[in-house]
Amino acid sequence: MSETSVAFADVEAVPTPVRGANLLRRSMRLWRTRIGVALVGLIVLISIIGPYIAPYGPSTPVGVPNANPGGKAVLGTDYLGQDVLSRTLYGGRSILVMAVLATALGLIAGGAIGLVAAYSRNALDDTLMRGMDVLLALPQIMLALVAVAIIGPRTWVIVAAIALTTVPRIARVARGAAQPVVERDFIACSEAMGVPRWRIVGGELLPNTLGPLMVEASLRMTYNIAVVAALAFLGLAPDPNGANWGTMITENQIVLPVQPWGTLAPIIAIALLTMGTGLIGDGIARTAAGIDRARGEE
Amino acid sequence: MNRLRLGGVGGFIVRRLLLGVLVLVLVSVLVFLATQALPGDPARAILGRNATPESLAALRRQLHLDQPVINQYWTWVTGLLHGNLGVSLAAQEPISKLLGPRLVNSGVLVLLAAVLSIPLSVAIGAWAALKREKVFDTASSNLLLLLAALPEFVVALVLVIVFATTVLHVLPAISTVPPGSQPWDNWEALVLPVLTLVIAVAPYVARVMRASMIEVLESDYVEMARLKGLTERTVLLRHALPNALGPVFQVIALNLAYLAGGIIIIEYVFNYSGVGGAIQDAVLNHDLPVVQALAMLIATVYVVLNLLADVATILVTPRLRTRL
Repeated sequence: MSETSVAFADVEAVPTPVRGANLLRRSMRLWRTRIGVALVGLIVLISIIGPYIAPYGPSTPVGVPNANPGGKAVLGTDYLGQDVLSRTLYGGRSILVMAVLATALGLIAGGAIGLVAAYSRNALDDTLMRGMDVLLALPQIMLALVAVAIIGPRTWVIVAAIALTTVPRIARVARGAAQPVVERDFIACSEAMGVPRWRIVGGELLPNTLGPLMVEASLRMTYNIAVVAALAFLGLAPDPNGANWGTMITENQIVLPVQPWGTLAPIIAIALLTMGTGLIGDGIARTAAGIDRARGEE
Repeated sequence: MNRLRLGGVGGFIVRRLLLGVLVLVLVSVLVFLATQALPGDPARAILGRNATPESLAALRRQLHLDQPVINQYWTWVTGLLHGNLGVSLAAQEPISKLLGPRLVNSGVLVLLAAVLSIPLSVAIGAWAALKREKVFDTASSNLLLLLAALPEFVVALVLVIVFATTVLHVLPAISTVPPGSQPWDNWEALVLPVLTLVIAVAPYVARVMRASMIEVLESDYVEMARLKGLTERTVLLRHALPNALGPVFQVIALNLAYLAGGIIIIEYVFNYSGVGGAIQDAVLNHDLPVVQALAMLIATVYVVLNLLADVATILVTPRLRTRL
């Protein structure tokens, strides 16, 4: 894989670095980013205040199982007679917390590995990137499943496994973005001035690769939400009976013909969330590309 | 690393092959060490609490658990190379016998999805590039962006709700393949799983195809071909399309490799008896030999697909060959 990325690096335009905060501000001029932020904001808000405004507890029986919407339960009851609306309001927190933690850890570790690899330009680069290739050879969900099979579906195991699958993907983007920067004069200048290496990587390389890193991070966030929810859907949530959108779907899928809301409500919540992160990522990517194009024409 | 002094396409293939083998060896070490870290005694797990010390010792000998770790690894890897994937702890059967029919079932799903989604997405991407910033391009780009963001089990369940349980009742909601039958015996049951996989893969391929095609359409040689007075049809089919396909092979390979993981969830949604179901069962039963075998299998698929994609890219992009 890395062999071809090297081959392609010469063909493709070298991305021009953009400062992070500036990029975010500019991307908010696009409607897609605004819609994305609104969707993500809505779901995050629901996950934070949901448990306080839920009419019932997440496992309180409120009526007969699989009751249709109406009466005491606005969205009906699930396969155990629990309130679908209340469980949906409770069910986002653990997914969001795990996905955000895993993405953040993966971003920090992957960014560090990618930048160090690009900066070192020696055997360390090859060693690090071959290690990344090994992690890439296992699909995200497969690696998470292996980890859960060995240790068990605990929160930290799921977060660590998903972070581990995020690392190589971020590292490759960080390395690819940093490689052209490493060759530029201001890096050689900093080296000549005796700036410590870790400060060159953190203070010079990192700010100049933030654009591609943010685009990749938003893409990873979208995927990681999907993997966390998918694990719960496969029956591998930390709390097997807890209110969790993935768990809710798997519990109520079998009663779809009778009461679709138990499945539909968490599906809509997950779909809005991932479409939101997807739109934000696309907005940032377009802004970064637009800035590049404008600079190229100057 | 191993910068062998080999030139040309042949040398490139050999280098990529060696790299692929290296990655697989490292994956096998990783998978083996990870499963070694498991607390507990597999022999006791199989025989239960009431096993006598003699039977435990006998089984440990049979599973090579009394050997040093290096020897155990060696036995496992040489077994893999001879096609001996080991014995399932839960079923007490050879894993290859257990997985054989499931591999066929999953292969049918992935193959159908690939055959349908690749031409479809290449066509959508190319057409969007031709109609750049017109209605079709804007509509398809936005739709594909939203579809790409959806987790595959969400897509699958929406399809189930629309076509099987709630809105319409035209297709089956589950797609079990009873033992002894083949997946194509009941083609109706294949429609929704294959459609889900197509929707999961097509957006990425179409987006890369669009970007690649736009770049090619703006190139000098396409302008030259037009100025020569060639028909638009010849310009597009003979000059633009083949050159735009290069980057697309990479994405197709990545997505087929991704499908190898994605089917785990799709098969669970539709209760389809494929590799995905086997992985899930193995994880829930702590059947580590099966987990190990499947992890190696999927990693091999990934490495081989990437190798093929790199070779295909080099073959369709002559300018990259000169750099080898």
